[in-house]
Amino acid sequence: METTLIENLPEVGAVGVIIKAVLILAVISAIAGFGTFIERKVLAFMQRRLGPMHVGPYGLLQIAADGIKLFTKEDIIPQNANKFIFMVAPVITAATAFIALSSVPVFPDFTIPSWIPLLGDTFVPSIASDLNIGILFVLGMMAAGLYGPLLAGMSQANKWGIIGAARTAVQFLSYEVVTGLSILAPIMLVGSLSFVEFNNYQAGGISNWLIWQQPLAFVLFLIAGFAETNRTPFDLLEHEAEVVSGYATEYSGMRWGMFFIGEYANMITVSVIASVVFLGGYDVVGVYGWLFIIAKIAFFFFLMLWVRAAWPHVRPDQLMWLCWKVLMPLAVVNVLITAIVMMV
Amino acid sequence: MYEIIAFYLFSALTIGLFLVTVMSKNVLYAMTSLAAGMVLISGFFFVLGADFLGVVQLIVYVGAVMALYSFAMMFFDATRDIKEKNTNSALVFLLGGLSALVLVLMFAAPIHSDAIHALYPMHVGVGNAQDVGIVLFTKYLVPFEVAAVMLLVAMIAGIILAGKKMDKSLTKDTSIDDEILVLKDEK
Repeated sequence: METTLIENLPEVGAVGVIIKAVLILAVISAIAGFGTFIERKVLAFMQRRLGPMHVGPYGLLQIAADGIKLFTKEDIIPQNANKFIFMVAPVITAATAFIALSSVPVFPDFTIPSWIPLLGDTFVPSIASDLNIGILFVLGMMAAGLYGPLLAGMSQANKWGIIGAARTAVQFLSYEVVTGLSILAPIMLVGSLSFVEFNNYQAGGISNWLIWQQPLAFVLFLIAGFAETNRTPFDLLEHEAEVVSGYATEYSGMRWGMFFIGEYANMITVSVIASVVFLGGYDVVGVYGWLFIIAKIAFFFFLMLWVRAAWPHVRPDQLMWLCWKVLMPLAVVNVLITAIVMMV
Repeated sequence: MYEIIAFYLFSALTIGLFLVTVMSKNVLYAMTSLAAGMVLISGFFFVLGADFLGVVQLIVYVGAVMALYSFAMMFFDATRDIKEKNTNSALVFLLGGLSALVLVLMFAAPIHSDAIHALYPMHVGVGNAQDVGIVLFTKYLVPFEVAAVMLLVAMIAGIILAGKKMDKSLTKDTSIDDEILVLKDEK
C-alpha cells in the first residue's frame, strides 16, 4: 500500500481514528508480549544458549504462559505505601507510551472494504492524530512517561524504590537535554516538526537519508534513546545487580506488566522516530515502503537487544560524565556547525 | 461542540488538581497533582489551536516538576503526612482572598472591552512554530535576548556553585576513611 501525501487523502473521520487507536493498542501490546520472547531468544543465541524451549514448538507458547502468569498473579500493595499513587504509577507509564504512539506513523493507511457492515468504507489514517509538531509531542509524552518509575519508586516505602526514583529523576533531567539537542539539527535542516515533512524531505533514495548529513546527531539520538527507554547500558533504574529491581521492587502481577508494556512500547516509539527522522521513513522503491519501514523498526529493536547482550551496565557517575561532558558538548557543536553550514 | 466539552473538562480537572496541590498535607499527592495540572493546562493550548505552545508547556513543566520532586525526595518522607504550622490563619485567609479577588478582576476585565483584538493573529497555512518565531525575533527580540542572557548567567552560577569539587572523585576520596580510623582509635 502506498503512502499518499496529505492533500490527496480521504477525510479522516472520528470512527477511523478510534479504529486506529484500538489497532495501535492491540498490535503494540501483542508486539510487546512477543518482544519479550524475541529478547530472550536473541540474548540466548548471543550467549550460546537455547532460551525458552519447553512450552510449545520452539518455545513459542512461552508468551501465552507468561501472559497467564502475569494476569493471574496476586496484586500485592505494601502496607506502608501510598496506595493511590502506588496503584496509579504503572498506568502512567503504559498510557503515556501509547499516547506518544498516537502521533507517529505506525502502520500504512487503508480503507476498510465496503462489504463489511457498519464500518465499511471507513478510512483509517496512518497517524492517529497528525499534529504539525509531531516530533516534539512524542518526545514530550515519552518524557511524561518517566513519571511512572518516579512515582512508583517514591510511593512504595522501600529504600531500593527510592534509589530507583532518584536515578529516574537524574537520568531523565540529563538525557532530555541530549535528546532535544541531537534532534534539533535534523529539524533545522528540514525546517518542520512534522513526521510527514521529514519523510518527504528524504524522498528519492538512500543517498537522501538524513543519516549521511547528520551522522553525529544520529548516534547521539540513539544513545539518548537508550537512556530514555531504560535499555541496558543505562538501565540504572532497575539495575538488578545493584538495587534489587529499583522502582519495580514491590510490584507484582499486572501492575508490573504495565511497566513492561510501557517500556516495550517506548522502544518501538524510539525505533519509529529513528527510522523516520534519520533513515528515510517510508521512502523506498515504490509500493513496498511500509514493508521497509517495518524492517527498519525491527532493525532498531534488534539493535537494542544486541547492545544489551554486548555491553555491561555503566555506573551512575559514568552515566553523568558521558551525558554532560561528552554528549552534550558534542550535540551543541553539531547544532552550531549545522547552523553555520546552512547560513553560508 | 467538542471544544466546549474539552474546555470544561480541562477546566474542572485543572482546578480540582491545583486545589489538591494547595490543600493536601502529603508531599506526594501535592506534587503529583501539580504535575498533572501542568500537563492538563497544555490541553487548553491544544483546544485553542496553539499546538506548539501546548507541547512547550508539556515539555517544560514535565522537566520542571521533576526537579521539584527530587527536592521533595531529599527533604520529606513521601509516604507520610506533613505536620504544617499555620500560625495566623486569619491573615492567610485575608491575603489569599485579596490576591484571588485581584486576579479574578484582572482576568475578567476584558469582558467589558470591545478594544480587544489579536495583535499578531495566526497565519493560515503557516506552522505554529513559525508564527511564534516571527513574533519572538521581531517584536519581542530584546526581552527574548535578555531572558537568554539571564538564563546563561544562572547556568554559569549553578555550575560554579555545584562544581567546586568536581575534579575530585567521590569514590577515590580517602579522607573520610582517615576520620573513621581516628574515631575507632579513640574508642
